[in-house]
Amino acid sequence: MKYLNMKIHTHRTDRLIRPALLLITTFSILFSTSATANDYLDQLTREASESVSNFSGFNAERGKTILLAQFGTGKPDTPACTSCHDKNSALSGKTRAGKLIEPMAVSVNPQRFTDSEKIEKWFGRNCRSVIGRECTLIEKGDFLTYMTSL
Amino acid sequence: MKTPYNTLLIICAAVSFSPLMQASESYRAVKDAIVIEECGACHMTFQPEMLPQRSWNAIMIDLENHFGEDASLSTQKNQYITAYLVANAADQQWSGSKLLRGLSKSTTPLRISELPYWIKEHREEVSNREWNNPKVGSKANCLACHQQADRGYYDDD
Repeated sequence: MKYLNMKIHTHRTDRLIRPALLLITTFSILFSTSATANDYLDQLTREASESVSNFSGFNAERGKTILLAQFGTGKPDTPACTSCHDKNSALSGKTRAGKLIEPMAVSVNPQRFTDSEKIEKWFGRNCRSVIGRECTLIEKGDFLTYMTSL
Repeated sequence: MKTPYNTLLIICAAVSFSPLMQASESYRAVKDAIVIEECGACHMTFQPEMLPQRSWNAIMIDLENHFGEDASLSTQKNQYITAYLVANAADQQWSGSKLLRGLSKSTTPLRISELPYWIKEHREEVSNREWNNPKVGSKANCLACHQQADRGYYDDD
């Protein structure tokens, strides 16, 4: 039958392009990572380097201080972050309506702080509720650094 | 005249499907992913059937002061969620809503637990001590006792 005699013909360029594509695909898969908390921290670090004079990096201890501080300058029902979050970040917290809040420590909850939209939404709301103002870039960076250090 | 069984049967069938037979406490569960994500972060996603439109509107225009916390949303999400709540509100139900019983049209409750119907249903069943039990925590914590509340079933008590 004629088709069995069909010559399989590849162009010279195909022999170059196909392996190249295969290599590119393999490396893309190997090196593609889903977002991590560190991605957002990297972004904050870049922003701080550009906008904060004498920026020398974020500090986990300062972040811990923020978590535990009794601000009392925001809304009366939420004087501190610990009004809802546990002071031990490896444990879950509880909202005032009784709902569970997943732990914030990234080592215990690797999904934490991987969605930048969600991070910004909650910093916005919670800083306003607890402190009565937006958190600064440094405060956000310090807080997240603490959560990734545990 | 012989007993008109057929007629009686038809009447029974009609009555059983009518609003007169709202004996069960069953409400349509919230299925919208955005509503669940945004309205279910701090408390159970309350079924929109539980409050009239005017209540949902009042809540959604003042999210910065949401029961003691800032719950603000982007304009886009706010509009989306408001539309959902208002479309599915208690006063939008074709069969009427027993939750609105005794509620004056000039009152805009911000809490489901302020509805006369809700108060009546819980008054004899739940004592103050039970409300103050840390496992319950708040009247907003339906799931503490109604274990299928998020699916819309409140008959289990």
